[in-house]
Amino acid sequence: MLTKKQLFTRGMLDISPHMLSVIPFGIICGAIGVDLGFNPYLVYAMSFIIFGGASQIVFLQLLSGGASSLIAVASVGIINSRHLLYGAVLSEYLEKLSFIKKLLISYFVVDQGFAESNKFFKKNRTEEYLHYHLIGTGCTLWVCWQIATLSGIILGSFVPEELGLKFTIPLTFIAIVVQDLKKLDHVIVMITCGLSSLLFFDAPFKSYIIVSPIIALFVASLLLRLKK
Amino acid sequence: MTLASIIFAGILTYFTRMTMIALISRDLLGDKIKAVLEYVPSAVFPAIIFPGIFINDYGAFIEMNDPKIFGALVAVIVGYFSKNIIATISAGLVSYWFLIFVVFN
Repeated sequence: MLTKKQLFTRGMLDISPHMLSVIPFGIICGAIGVDLGFNPYLVYAMSFIIFGGASQIVFLQLLSGGASSLIAVASVGIINSRHLLYGAVLSEYLEKLSFIKKLLISYFVVDQGFAESNKFFKKNRTEEYLHYHLIGTGCTLWVCWQIATLSGIILGSFVPEELGLKFTIPLTFIAIVVQDLKKLDHVIVMITCGLSSLLFFDAPFKSYIIVSPIIALFVASLLLRLKK
Repeated sequence: MTLASIIFAGILTYFTRMTMIALISRDLLGDKIKAVLEYVPSAVFPAIIFPGIFINDYGAFIEMNDPKIFGALVAVIVGYFSKNIIATISAGLVSYWFLIFVVFN
């Protein structure tokens, strides 16, 4: 049995390699907000209140392009709706927590943190304080995200654009799913999702980000039926 | 951009995170759905990966000889064999840089 502290530390360690992409992305995100002419305090408020990288950038870009707040808010909701899927997966391991703890821990559910904690949960189902791993990944991501966006806001885009550091985002997610390429069913699901996301990329409200996972999960359910 | 719009977006985002963890009981999900949930990472992350590689900043498809495709392939190969996140990201990035700064320059 690992202690709470050990699990928390393990979460921090498991997520730290992803800071290679989270930190540059956060700096870019903060700098874009200021570049587009928004109030720096509001740009930072997004990191605290929304706390969702890609959706923050879309929010800024839509508003600066003259979209209404309603459209911008709706787009954030649609982009972030993928968290419903993460929550459905994580609920298996968080079931026993009190309602208040569930409410608090939910704030820290982010893509990379979900991915790494879910991997850990699958291998260590019997641990009593499993959720401390998720708190470890979530807090690390949170702190780094706040510092990175703040530095972007204050210092501007001091990361040269030519470096193309936005490319670290797809790379970080490649690192997350790459081991599942060993399983044919997962490969089929991934390709379905990837191709759908390109096909529906221009769909309104950035809905490709939730439409393609739904298509891919439908294919997954068909595959499960075939397996039987 | 107003603080109110950010707060609305934040509340909406928080609900996407919290609903399935705190509001919906797991017993409501059938066994079939639970089995399909096993595929969530493979079904979600490619929707971030593919556009990040194949679509440029202006929303258009990239050329087939774009350095990002090469960088992504290197990352997949290095990641598959090394099982190491830092190695995967660095290998992809460095090979991408090699193409844009050395080869195509």
